[in-house]
Amino acid sequence: MNNETLIPKVGIVTDIRIDTPDVKTFRVERPEGGKVFEHMPGQCAMLSVPGVGEGMFSITSSPTNTEYMEFSIKKCGCVTNWLHAMEVGQMITVRGPYGKNFPVDTEFKGKDLLFIAGGIGLAPLRSVINYCRHYRDQYGKIDIVYGSRSMDDLVDYNEIIEEWCHDTGVSVHLTIDREQEGWDGHVGFVPNFVKELGFDTNKVAIICGPPIMIKFTLAGLQELGFDKTQVYTTMELKMKCAVGKCGRCNIGHKYVCKDGPVFRCDELDELPDEY
Amino acid sequence: MKLVKDLSALYEAIAAVQELYLPVENKGRVDFKLYEAGANVDIKTLKTVRSAKDFFFTQTETLMGFKVEGKNIEVEDLRPEVRPFVAFGVRGCDARSFEVLDKVFLVDPVDTVYEARRKAGTVVTLACGRPEETCFCTNFGITPEAPAGDVTTWLTEEGLYWQANTDKGEALTAAIAAVFTEGDGKAVEEQKKAISDIIAKLPLANLDMTHLEGVKEETFWGHPVWKDISETCLACGTCTYVCPTCQCYDVRDFDCGNGIERFRCWDSCMYSDFTRMAHGNNRNTQDQRCRQRYLHKLVYFPRRNEGMFGCVGCGRCVAKCPSKLNIVKVIKALGGK
Amino acid sequence: MQEMIKSKLAELLSTGAVTKVIGWKRGENFYDVSPAAFESVESLADFVYDDFCGANLSKFLVKEPGKESKVAVVLKPCDTFSLNQLIKENRVNRENIFVLGVPCEGKLSEEKMRVMGIVGLTGCKVEGDKVTVETLYGTETLDKNDVLLTKCATCHSKKHVIFDELIGETGEDSDVDRFVGVAELEAMSEDERYEFWRNELSRCIRCNACRNACPACTCEKCVFDNDASGVAAKSNANSFEENMFHIIRAYHVAGRCTDCGECSRVCPQHIPLHLLNRKFIKDINTFYGDFQAGADAESEHPLVHFTENDPEPSIVKEGK
Repeated sequence: MNNETLIPKVGIVTDIRIDTPDVKTFRVERPEGGKVFEHMPGQCAMLSVPGVGEGMFSITSSPTNTEYMEFSIKKCGCVTNWLHAMEVGQMITVRGPYGKNFPVDTEFKGKDLLFIAGGIGLAPLRSVINYCRHYRDQYGKIDIVYGSRSMDDLVDYNEIIEEWCHDTGVSVHLTIDREQEGWDGHVGFVPNFVKELGFDTNKVAIICGPPIMIKFTLAGLQELGFDKTQVYTTMELKMKCAVGKCGRCNIGHKYVCKDGPVFRCDELDELPDEY
Repeated sequence: MKLVKDLSALYEAIAAVQELYLPVENKGRVDFKLYEAGANVDIKTLKTVRSAKDFFFTQTETLMGFKVEGKNIEVEDLRPEVRPFVAFGVRGCDARSFEVLDKVFLVDPVDTVYEARRKAGTVVTLACGRPEETCFCTNFGITPEAPAGDVTTWLTEEGLYWQANTDKGEALTAAIAAVFTEGDGKAVEEQKKAISDIIAKLPLANLDMTHLEGVKEETFWGHPVWKDISETCLACGTCTYVCPTCQCYDVRDFDCGNGIERFRCWDSCMYSDFTRMAHGNNRNTQDQRCRQRYLHKLVYFPRRNEGMFGCVGCGRCVAKCPSKLNIVKVIKALGGK
Repeated sequence: MQEMIKSKLAELLSTGAVTKVIGWKRGENFYDVSPAAFESVESLADFVYDDFCGANLSKFLVKEPGKESKVAVVLKPCDTFSLNQLIKENRVNRENIFVLGVPCEGKLSEEKMRVMGIVGLTGCKVEGDKVTVETLYGTETLDKNDVLLTKCATCHSKKHVIFDELIGETGEDSDVDRFVGVAELEAMSEDERYEFWRNELSRCIRCNACRNACPACTCEKCVFDNDASGVAAKSNANSFEENMFHIIRAYHVAGRCTDCGECSRVCPQHIPLHLLNRKFIKDINTFYGDFQAGADAESEHPLVHFTENDPEPSIVKEGK
């Protein structure tokens, strides 16, 4: 229709999956079918509901999915409340893709990968994980450490149990914060769990979760001997334009929407602590 | 050198070929307005209250509309139609601000509305006959005695001297050729000299900026000036809204009753909700917000743009801040003065 | 005068009676006077009290929760009305504030000089009712009345209504008719008045300086900052909606506005916003008897105090 970046396309919600009490995964397609646009793992899209608002969300599905895009969204504000209340068949607006993706075709190639996620932080990583699973022979061993407050807060639990756990060369390590009836897995916070698991350092680590979890996990990885250049994360700040112009998602001179959201942890060291 | 003796005839001639915007006085305040016969044109007042950025980056503009019916949404492109126009009487500082804005709006992905306006606009600048004590544009290499622009003009006692600098400027000159006579241009040289003499006396014309060259964020991150100014910063948006280079914007929806319009409007990093998200705010206090505004202009922007500062020294913030806080004070404080 | 104030403030800081002083600080030139916080005796070297200390410092006493240390504030007579009002509304804690009252002979506006075409300001001397201004382009002698801040030209009182200590003498309520401007508006036809305000408000850039400087505007979250209110906007979606910002604000401060005039002082477009508030003040005086917000820290204002004999004026007219 146009090449103005702020003007979105229309998408239709064709499926809504309830993941946890406050996370739903929405499947979005073009009204005539097919993906609204192509993306790479780690990139984001601006979703909006006219009259309610617009927000940046990571694309949860892998680019290898040729039919639709998925967004796992936690209910926490105006727009997300609205999204959670809608039904299948609802149209929303979509624009993107925005930001730098994870270097899946360069730095990650041929390496062992360690994914570490907390809570809804799995959403951006799911795209990368499924991309790497799709091109399984191009990557080494894959470890996935995922933790949440409780069993009920683990996003994509069915996919993890039924698919990821059965893949060869993929090890999934789940943990929840507190003991819970019906849970016989690990209990404890993600950063400690990572240290307990004690990974060798010949791999790339990818972390996503709440800021405090990222901070402690990074420290834990460094204790294990990881260098910051081996660790990637993805950030989120307030955004309006998603194209580096509206001026609010910056950390120092870098814009999260354009220069990120994916950063290598040593790049973050050069930025002021304002995130 | 081309000379216009009758300014009204000049305005009429330009307005006959393109939309003409120029400084118009209203109750003692001067701002750029669309020319109409009988308008109270004021090109002697040095600075308009609003900067000239409005020409290309309008305070509010509707970009799209949505027709919502049941679960269906239809997107309408409501980007404004842009017609050729002339911005007359722009000062050197504002003319430089367009170059600063270009670095934001014309880099990939290009902002199409801004780009269309830039292409449609012919900028006619006016030399600063009477620089003021709030001016500090010379620190940024701006020449108020001969400002850049598609056309440069000088208002002298003889009339308005006119010099086209670009193809667009030549085209405008050709289109209104009948209004010009020839002058010897001596008055221009005299005015340039007079302006330079005044500049030599301006209190802010020679700021020490050496401490800002090639610095990174960390140099000034914990500086006490942020807390000092935030103590009496009212957190209003005056500085950002009168600033010719402040370009942050918000995108908002407006329910018109028969549809939703999504508009883009100026925003201010001084406002508490600028970075507020559903789950938190990474700039919660006014000292953080003040730091953001000044470091954006003095460090972040130069780091992204080969050292170009995000300030043009127009001095509007110096004149307009209700608490008399401004970038000059910050530049001096950061230099330890 | 300035030195007497400074030495009192130095005493307050050095004895630990207060930990912070809110006053004015000298900047780049004669009119560059910033409201500022002083936390040490040494920092008071930059303290200034002169003809350009127009800012009302009472607003800076409205603290975020948790900041409770004792603060000294320097207040001119009109500013003390604002403080009383803030105390009345529980927006400041009287216990934590030391009020040093200072006399005022009317403050000057360099902006008014600029509007008069006097630019390139470099110096200024006040002698009696004359002001001599030095500029890059020569010297000008002006009548002080012509360059007084608008709020000072129609000063309603030189009496301090709250203070812990005074430097110099307090004054009396003024007999200047401050409602002249309102009467002029009232004398206009409805169409003329509408045009007047549409023109004035058309210059608004929505910077919120009027709201943020206003000592009566202390809501923790302003309706115009509330996304859920439906009227939150940094800029106008249409120009009439923009005008409503000022009208709603005037309604919200009605009965609480002390007529300190900060709204008009800080407006970068010099919109005479105080006239909106003054119309309310005049009407309140007319309908309910003379009332001055902030004259004390206790009395309820007439708009929140119903009596059976209250008139019920209506803006709704039959016929039109």
